[in-house]
Amino acid sequence: MEVVFFIITVLTLAGAIAAMSLRHLVHCALCLAVAFGGLAAFYLQLNAQFIGFAQILVYIGAVAVLIVFAILLTRGIESAPQPLFSSAWPVGLGVALLVFGSLVFAIQSSSVAQQQAAPSAQATIRTIGSQLMTNFVLPLELIALLLTAALIGAVIIAMQEPSAKSTPMKDHAASAPIPSVPEEQR
Amino acid sequence: MVEAIDQIFVIAKHWVVGQFPAAWQSFVSVLLSIVPILMVFPLLFAVTTIVERKALGRIQNRFGPNRVGPWGLLQPVADGLKMLTKEDIIPRPADRIVHFLAPVALIVPSLLALSVIPYGRNMVPIDLDAGLLFFFAVGAGTELAVFMAGWSSRNKYSLLGAMRAIAQMVSYEIPLILAAVSVVMLVGSLSTVGIVEAQGERYGWLLKWHLFTPWGLAGFVLFMIAAAAESNRAPFDIPEGESEIIAGYLVEYSGFKFALFFLGEYLGLFAISGLAITLFLGGWHAPFSFLEWIPSYVWFFGKLSALVLLFIWLRGTLPRLRIDQLMNLAWKFMLPMSLINIVVAAVWHYTADWQFTGALICRWLLCGILFGAPYVWLGSALMGENKFAKRTYRFAD
Repeated sequence: MEVVFFIITVLTLAGAIAAMSLRHLVHCALCLAVAFGGLAAFYLQLNAQFIGFAQILVYIGAVAVLIVFAILLTRGIESAPQPLFSSAWPVGLGVALLVFGSLVFAIQSSSVAQQQAAPSAQATIRTIGSQLMTNFVLPLELIALLLTAALIGAVIIAMQEPSAKSTPMKDHAASAPIPSVPEEQR
Repeated sequence: MVEAIDQIFVIAKHWVVGQFPAAWQSFVSVLLSIVPILMVFPLLFAVTTIVERKALGRIQNRFGPNRVGPWGLLQPVADGLKMLTKEDIIPRPADRIVHFLAPVALIVPSLLALSVIPYGRNMVPIDLDAGLLFFFAVGAGTELAVFMAGWSSRNKYSLLGAMRAIAQMVSYEIPLILAAVSVVMLVGSLSTVGIVEAQGERYGWLLKWHLFTPWGLAGFVLFMIAAAAESNRAPFDIPEGESEIIAGYLVEYSGFKFALFFLGEYLGLFAISGLAITLFLGGWHAPFSFLEWIPSYVWFFGKLSALVLLFIWLRGTLPRLRIDQLMNLAWKFMLPMSLINIVVAAVWHYTADWQFTGALICRWLLCGILFGAPYVWLGSALMGENKFAKRTYRFAD
């Protein structure tokens, strides 16, 4: 087990460091996917199958693809060469230390740290499902509402303004014009 | 006797594992689960290529390959040798590492996905509690592989192909998973073995396959359409579209890397057909109880061959969709219909305790209307003013 843990740790950290330090954005995105995969492997090693597979499905299957798409659809993949370290790196280091310190302080002083570690239980999908549908149904519904709102917001932002000069979008595929062919030839 | 033939591979595996010292046994057991996958499916791939070329030839009224060996049956061997000896060309501006890794990244998820499918009674490489989720999770990895292939080639056609492929895969993954969700809901298990076992009960001599329920029938059709799109098969092969973007993300691949892509695509097809069999076609169960003497693995691979032939038939028959038609089909038709199918599955579940005579017919009617009415309405609404009419030809008549 120790060996597996070591391998996963090295892989995850290497992926994360490469994602920060490589010069090419697409390489960074791919290395980030490796780091996500390493995190999923950690969950699997902790016997949390559901979370592990969901991590792969959501982060590698959706988030990494989204990042890649965002890189491709925006201009400037090959940006001008910049130094690896920003000139403000001491400030960044300070902020990072501050965040780390406050997190450590918060965890140390919270009641969670005083609890005994629970015996590692095999959380089956059935348990997770019934818990989500009974005890945690309100948070679940709230998250669903939030995501729906975000989705509708995204659609509204992406929707064409009806007053714009471009022709209003027809809403079905079949009406996509092939105007140059006379009717009897089709 | 029947029992022994059915379990012959399981018994053989136990015997072989028993020959090794105790410290080795778990390792040998794992190895004996992996090696058959690595042997059977590439072989099946070779057989499928020749069958596909022959069948397409038949559909298109030509001979197909008939030079190598009797009836051209050794064509896959010749193809393999050709692929191995061909020069492996990497374009100069290509990103060499990513270009090299892309075929590997495509083939690994396809092989992993094959590991949770039950091939016969007691014949599943790993029985995961969340097997179905595992299947979809590793399937998500193929999208990045396709992107890596398309982007690293530094070719606008391959980039276009990759963008199309990702857009298509992301869109059709949703109806695919939603069609599977209805099965999960009624079985109450994400384990592929559990899903197959749930289809082993009988009504009289007919087994309770999910295909024999209204939601299962609709779900199977939705699943197969989404599966064809997910594995980039015709009629959903615009990512490769030879006539427009000259094979898309495969443009800059030659030699054995191209063969790996080809293999990965077919392994993905086998995996998703295997999942369709597991979810809807009763896995390794026989359809009728009087046919249960035929071994379970024969049933599984028979069904797999039937589904692969169905895909070949579809490829030879249907024209390719345009990208806007493809997206509209996914988001405006498949997505609502698969959501409705989940409701239909729930209705079927909650009417299961109807006891009066003719209850089964009433349930079928109710579910049929619940699914059919939105189908007709959605179909006519999406058609709009466009009506199908008889095609008139100027010169061909």
